[in-house]
Amino acid sequence: MELTELHQIAEHERAQQKPVRIRCCAAAGCVSSGSLAVKQAFDRAIAEQGLSDRVQACSVGCLRLCCAGPLVQMDPSLELYEEVTPEQVPSLVASLLPAAAPPLSAPGASPGIPSAKRGDPQAPFFTRQMPIVLENSGIIEPERIESYIAAGGYRALHHAIREMSPAQVVECITRSGLRGRGGGGYPTGVKWSLVAKMPGQRKFIVCNADEGDPGAFMDRSVLESDPHRVLEGMAIAACAVGATQGYIYVRGEYPLAIHRLEVAIKQAKKLGLLGAGIFDSPLNFRIDLRIGAGAFVCGEETALIESIEGRRGMPQVRPPYPAEKGLWDCPTLINNVETFANIAPIINKGAEWFAGIGTAKSKGTKVFALAGKIRHTGLVEVPMGMTLNAIVEELGGGAPNGGTIKAVQTGGPSGGCIPASLLDTPVDYESLQALGSIMGSGGMIVMDQTTNMVEVAKFFMEFCMDESCGKCIPCRAGTVQMYRLLSRIVAGDASPAEVKQLEMLCDMVKHTSLCGLGQSAPNPVLSTLRYFRPEYDRALKNGRIALPLR
Amino acid sequence: MPENHPSGDKRFKLLDAAMKKHQFQADALLEVLHTAQELFGFLNADLLIYVARHLKLPPSRVYGVATFYHFFTFTPKGRHSCNVCLGTACYVKGAASVQTALERELGIKAGQTRSDGLASVSIARCLGACGLAPAVVFDGNVAGNLTPEAAVEHVKGWVPHGAN
Repeated sequence: MELTELHQIAEHERAQQKPVRIRCCAAAGCVSSGSLAVKQAFDRAIAEQGLSDRVQACSVGCLRLCCAGPLVQMDPSLELYEEVTPEQVPSLVASLLPAAAPPLSAPGASPGIPSAKRGDPQAPFFTRQMPIVLENSGIIEPERIESYIAAGGYRALHHAIREMSPAQVVECITRSGLRGRGGGGYPTGVKWSLVAKMPGQRKFIVCNADEGDPGAFMDRSVLESDPHRVLEGMAIAACAVGATQGYIYVRGEYPLAIHRLEVAIKQAKKLGLLGAGIFDSPLNFRIDLRIGAGAFVCGEETALIESIEGRRGMPQVRPPYPAEKGLWDCPTLINNVETFANIAPIINKGAEWFAGIGTAKSKGTKVFALAGKIRHTGLVEVPMGMTLNAIVEELGGGAPNGGTIKAVQTGGPSGGCIPASLLDTPVDYESLQALGSIMGSGGMIVMDQTTNMVEVAKFFMEFCMDESCGKCIPCRAGTVQMYRLLSRIVAGDASPAEVKQLEMLCDMVKHTSLCGLGQSAPNPVLSTLRYFRPEYDRALKNGRIALPLR
Repeated sequence: MPENHPSGDKRFKLLDAAMKKHQFQADALLEVLHTAQELFGFLNADLLIYVARHLKLPPSRVYGVATFYHFFTFTPKGRHSCNVCLGTACYVKGAASVQTALERELGIKAGQTRSDGLASVSIARCLGACGLAPAVVFDGNVAGNLTPEAAVEHVKGWVPHGAN
């Protein structure tokens, strides 16, 4: 494969494209609401109405407004249609015909079917986003590598291999200021340079796609919408640190993402973009999938390594860090899906461009999965530094049915609940941490006045209790005790002394657990205690005479 | 290489092929267990011992790994199944009451299969279908924006009424 061949594929693909493209969302959310039948209906209607030479229907990735699926967007007019049913399709296709033929008299259209609901592509939900990671999402066809190449794909990999030295690639990522998108926020360039400096021929790249936080679906969407982007990022990383084997550890609950990755890897191999001698260079890099089996703790990097090696996903003591001793004791670079998806644009547009977006310490954009009590549920990608208020009120449209937003939960079971009064906080790693929450991987759950915050704390504690791997005692026993105390508080059986005991336990588990799961398990409790103390107090006052602890 | 399974069940042939693909490497244990569950629907002691022998692993290791991960199940699924999402978005939107309604209708608790084998109820951590919250997978099809009543409507006819 040479650059000219890449250009040829891109040109050929563009020449094949019809003037009008009907983009049907084929990400998991819309598929669940029946988008595959809609796509088939478009194919049929286009053929029946004799428009095959001018119009084509494509299965694209996530169109982001997941609550209104199945979504369909016309290209180039960008008209957006929501909750499309197969019955509405013939008249939608007919509306693409010249005005001479009014939609309802067109062949295939039947009267009595309400016309498709129009969405507003100029709504703040779309216009205030800044797509970098999601720039191809909803535009290209994820199951066709040609579509990705036509959108400029694999140029960055070529550039990194042919025009840059590995050290320059690492330096470029460092200068961009990119930080890990899995939640920790560790500078990506530093991690890369650590692995690059390690001696030895055998090194590994691991993509952490074990998106376990309930309420988070960013990584799933990226994998389903633009899988090649992640492969390209991993290959660039391999070139930079000198690795020859990569693994993507993906959740077993994401069958569609797994399927698209399998397809993408096969296609990339066939074109010589993965495998031996990439772009006819000495670089060999192969990627294999590893399917998770439903263990939240495997999102922790050392547990993930254990799991790839076919063992129970138990975290290990660090140091040594995986950069030094990871998979099979070899230097291993582990990054999150979204981190890898940021790599190609940084190589293409330069470190300075990326560093110009965001805040002083948090560069670039962040993808959030907006869900819960909010009008517009879906995916948003915004520059770092946008306030939480702007995200939930302007993009998200606020609480539905005249409700009021009470709190926003970020970071899943490891994060915290941020009260409505503090929503003018800008989104960056440090600010969220100062509020007792974390950036996390990007789940953002909105809660309204009907949500009981003590029950939310109990909900997350139950999750952590179930997901604790059992290796270290503070987490294994502590989460059980905290859950028991929270249950008693919710039931109105607890005394004030038990709330005190809960606080002490939180402190102990936070400071003595082995891995991030235990260390962050108390966060939902601590943040609700900090901001919603009256709810705990009310639960006590209403309680019966408190029983002593057994 | 150990012998074929004495039962002559053809599914073991497919399992053998999966293990061979991974060259009987111990680190492929999770992949092999995934395949085994796909083929048989659930894992039992016989299957685990068979896998252990072929991958040259102590049965305790295979059992330990299989029981660590939530995805692996040791009971057969019912003829019909529903998987209730209890992710945060679904929880905030009332998934707990949907779960209770389904459990009452089918006469079993989450994680159980009815003794007559007609239905089972399970819990999902998060289906990633947060835009459709609360969501339930009924026999492989996702249904969203459910109320307890709408959820019960989906399982009507799964079990004889008044049973349990």
